[in-house]
Amino acid sequence: MKPLNRSEMAARVAGDIPEGWYVNLGLGLPTLIPDYIPKDREVVFHSENGVLGMGPVPPKHEIDTWLINATKQNITLLKGASLFHHADSFGMIRGGHIDLCVLGAYEVAQNGDIANWSTSQNDVIPAVGGAMDLSAGAKRLWALMEHTTKDGLSRIVERCSYPLTAAGVVKRVYTNLAVLDVTPRGFEVVDLAPGMTFEALQSLTSAQLSRSE
Amino acid sequence: MGVSCHGAGKRVKTRFDEPTGYFVIDKRVRNIEAALEGIKDGAVILLGGFGVVGQPQELLGGLLHHDARDLTIVSNNAGFGSPSLPLLFATGRVAKLICSFPRPAPPPFEELYRSGKIALEIVPQGTLAERIRAAGCGIPAFYTPTAAGTELARGKETREFKGRTYVMEHALHADVALIQAWRADRWGNLIYRGTGRNFNPVMAMAADLTIVQTRHLAELGELDPETVVTPGIFVDRVVQIDSPDPPQA
Repeated sequence: MKPLNRSEMAARVAGDIPEGWYVNLGLGLPTLIPDYIPKDREVVFHSENGVLGMGPVPPKHEIDTWLINATKQNITLLKGASLFHHADSFGMIRGGHIDLCVLGAYEVAQNGDIANWSTSQNDVIPAVGGAMDLSAGAKRLWALMEHTTKDGLSRIVERCSYPLTAAGVVKRVYTNLAVLDVTPRGFEVVDLAPGMTFEALQSLTSAQLSRSE
Repeated sequence: MGVSCHGAGKRVKTRFDEPTGYFVIDKRVRNIEAALEGIKDGAVILLGGFGVVGQPQELLGGLLHHDARDLTIVSNNAGFGSPSLPLLFATGRVAKLICSFPRPAPPPFEELYRSGKIALEIVPQGTLAERIRAAGCGIPAFYTPTAAGTELARGKETREFKGRTYVMEHALHADVALIQAWRADRWGNLIYRGTGRNFNPVMAMAADLTIVQTRHLAELGELDPETVVTPGIFVDRVVQIDSPDPPQA
């Protein structure tokens, strides 16, 4: 069995995003997704700091330093882009206008709880940014994450141990090992990484899994 | 330049215009010192910008030489990439930061925070924007689904609407707003540039004293009314500064 690498994980999510969706991507892994959206598909990317129609990072000589994304990288605007202020930007999020948000996560629980903003270590300054607004507000929330910690502990859990970002909101989880739907009956396996079996996945997962019908 | 009072609240700056013989509204001020005049100890200050883009760097720089202390700064970040905000923290004159994402924090903030010398209120970014907008719109509080069921809702009033839990959040009104615009006229109408807009338009609405630094001044009538983002009613002072573009990210 070979787990998906980061690019393959991003590509797996990108393949599931239909044409016409307005999509917000969280920090880290999700920022790789736009590279894998098929060229013939129009998907509009939202940046929380006031952009719809965000394009890729430009070559150095074409940088406009007045244009940044949530990670504070310089970006470009695509044809059809628009700019707006923060209250409108989060109105789009909270008002359910964003079709999909993909966030990284420390843990996702079988009831759809997500923990991705704080590990409660005293030496870290807490910082939440837009994660709670996006989790609570987007029409759909997908998590994109490693299935286990570096020490092999499951991040797909019965109950989150880290502080919650939002309760009961995750619809789907993409990991390096599998794709899981969050259903009223808990996690349902939708897809497995090449060579992965249901039994092997279950042995690496602390939450109970069920097979998709 | 005269300052006259209209009504009980806002002071609108007017000046006698020799050629016409009329008193005209003119919110322009000569320099940064004049722009920042009258900020008091204990002031709550809204600081525009997301990272450094749209952050009024020169007004912030002017605040370094000001004597007001015990300040509360409301800013999305804690000075990441900013030349001036870390220096302001280092003066020890900031008592509290209200912020959504104070990471990575330049050293002065981190040290002050760890030693308990600065208070930190973490607010989800959209809630922060909406609390400021609400203050500008005369709405004392509102309900939001953001943070329901999390640590950041602890101790806050909640209420159910259609089976979902919402958290009550209070408007965040301020004494002063420091704003960066791209173009402004003497009435205080503002246009922003790129993602430099961010918090600036809502912050401009929510303070008793809204101070704007603008890269360019426009003649009255030169800004297309269809494209004005912040109408001058929200603005008290405008100072033109040849500020550099934000640095490459």
